[in-house]
Amino acid sequence: MKILVCISHVPDTTSKINFTDGDSKFDTNGVQFVINPNDEFGLTRAMWFKEKQGATVDVINVGGPETEPTLRKALAIGADAAIRVNTAPTDGFQVAKELANVAKDGGYDLVIAGRESIDYNGGMVPGMLATLLKANFVNNCIGLEIENEKAKAIREIEGGKETLTASLPLVVGGQKGLVEESDLKIPNMRGIMQARKKPLNIVEPTQPESRTETAKFEKPAPKGDVKLIDPENLDELIDLLHNEAKVI
Amino acid sequence: MSVLVYIESEEGKFKKASFEVASYAKEIANTSGTTVTAVTFNAQDTSELGKYGVDKVLAISNNKLSKFNAEAYADALKQAAEKEGSKVIVLSQSSNSKYLAPILSVQMEAGYASNVVALPESTEPFTVKRTAFTNKAFSFTKINTDTKIIGVSKNAFGVKEKQADAQEEEFTPTLSDEDFTVKVESVDKATDKVTIADAEIVVSGGRGLKGPENWGMIEEMAEILGAATACSKPVSDMGWRPHGEHVGQTGKPVASNLYIAVGVSGAIQHLAGINAAKTKVVINNDPEAPFFKAADYGVVGDAFEIVPKLNEKLKEFKAKNA
Repeated sequence: MKILVCISHVPDTTSKINFTDGDSKFDTNGVQFVINPNDEFGLTRAMWFKEKQGATVDVINVGGPETEPTLRKALAIGADAAIRVNTAPTDGFQVAKELANVAKDGGYDLVIAGRESIDYNGGMVPGMLATLLKANFVNNCIGLEIENEKAKAIREIEGGKETLTASLPLVVGGQKGLVEESDLKIPNMRGIMQARKKPLNIVEPTQPESRTETAKFEKPAPKGDVKLIDPENLDELIDLLHNEAKVI
Repeated sequence: MSVLVYIESEEGKFKKASFEVASYAKEIANTSGTTVTAVTFNAQDTSELGKYGVDKVLAISNNKLSKFNAEAYADALKQAAEKEGSKVIVLSQSSNSKYLAPILSVQMEAGYASNVVALPESTEPFTVKRTAFTNKAFSFTKINTDTKIIGVSKNAFGVKEKQADAQEEEFTPTLSDEDFTVKVESVDKATDKVTIADAEIVVSGGRGLKGPENWGMIEEMAEILGAATACSKPVSDMGWRPHGEHVGQTGKPVASNLYIAVGVSGAIQHLAGINAAKTKVVINNDPEAPFFKAADYGVVGDAFEIVPKLNEKLKEFKAKNA
C-alpha cells in the first residue's frame, strides 16, 4: 500500500497570534512551528499501517524552504520520503491543486490530510483534493481500517459516529481519534539521524490560480473585565445570567 | 440568480442552523435584489421555511438520500444551483455541510469561505469576515470566483424571521452510481443527549475536578439547564471523560450561548476553542487562572462547595421560571 500524508506547517497551539504589514501577514516572529495536530494523528495512523500491514509512507507539504524542519520531523517519526512543493500556500484550492498534481502520478492508495489546519481553519483541502483526484472521501475520520483494497472508516458526526465503507483510492480528513493522543509518535534519536539521509524532493509548483485571498486580518476586540461573584451570593450569578446576559 | 441555501434536516425535521443560514441568505438576497431558494432533502413540511425568508423550495424526495451522503448531496445541490442560476450558495458549518462544501466547491469552480461570522463586508469585491487561528483572529477573505460558497458559523448571525412564500417545487436531480461509492453502513448516535454542536448551553469540567468520579455534579448541572457536557483536553487525555467531550483547539469548537467552565484553568488552546461562546462563566479556586481573563462572570472558590449549591439554586430558578 502506498500512503501519502499531507503535512501543514503551523504555529504551535500555544502561539500568540500577531500580524504585520498593515495586518496583512501573520507575524512569524518568535513563533514555533509544528506539524498540524490534525495531520499528526494521520501520520501516526499511517505508521501503524506501515508497521502492521506493510506500506510506504510519503509526506508532502506546500510551502517554502522554511517548512523543511517540519517535514524532517515527519521523516524522523518514520515516513519514508518527503516532498515539498516549492511555493507559498495562498488558499485552500491552490494547495489542494498542487497536492493533486503530485498525488495523481504517485499511485497512492490512501491520502491522509488533517480535517483542517489550526492556522487558517479552512477545512477544505482534503475534500477538494479528493474531488480533484476523483477519489473517495471521508471527512472527520476518527477510525480507519483497510483490508483487501476496502476501507472501513468511522466519521465523527454531531452526537455520535457513522461507519462508512469505500474502495481505494481514498482521501481522508483526519483528526484526533485516528489514533489516541497517547499513541502519537515522538521522534527518537535514531529516527532523527535516519531522517537526515531520507529523500526530501523539491517539486516546482504549477501555480494554479487562487480562488480566495486574505485581504487583511483583525484581532478580536479586547474583552471587558470579568465580573466576580461572591461564592456566598450565587443568587447574583443566576440573576446576571438571567437578566443581564439573558442566557438562562 | 437567486441565493441558494442548503437546508439540513434530521428525520424530516429542520435543524435550527438551517433557519440561521436561511436568514443569512435572505439578507444577501435583499441587498442584491433577488430571492432565496432552499434545497431540502426528504423534509416533511417545507412551509415553515417561509418564516425565515425562503421564497422558493426545491424539495427533493429520494429514498437513496435518506442517509446523508456528501458526494450525492453535493451533486444534487450543484444541479439545483445550475437550475436556479445561483451565484451565491449558503450553508451551515455542521459536520455534514463541512463535508460536502469542498466537493461542491471544486465541482462548481466556486471559491469557498468557511467559518463566516458576518454578512459580506462588500459584494464588489465579495469580501467576508471569517474566524482564523481557531478564534484567535478574524480574516477578511475575498472570494474571486463568479460563484461563491459561504459557510456560516453557528450562532454568528442568528435566526431572523422574515415572512416569504416558501413555494414548494418538486426537484429530481439526476444521480449516478458514482455518487454513492462511499457507503454509510451504520449510524451510531445518542439521541437522548444534547450534543455540544447543537447545545445552547455547555457545562464543562477540567482537571480541577480531581477525578472522573466527581462528574456527577457536572452532569446534574447539565441536566438542570438542558446543556451538553464537555471537558478540557487533559481530562479526555487521562480518560476521565470520552474524547467526544473534548473541547478546545484540537477538540470540538463551542459556539453556544452560555459556557460554564468548572475547574478549567483556561490554557490558550482551550480558550481558543470556546471563544465563540457568547457568555462565559468560570468557577475555579485559583484567582490567577487564565480563564478569568476570558470569562464574563467568575466565581473564585472551591468547586466542590459551589457547584452543588449552584445546582440547588438553578433548580429553584428553573422551577420558578418554567
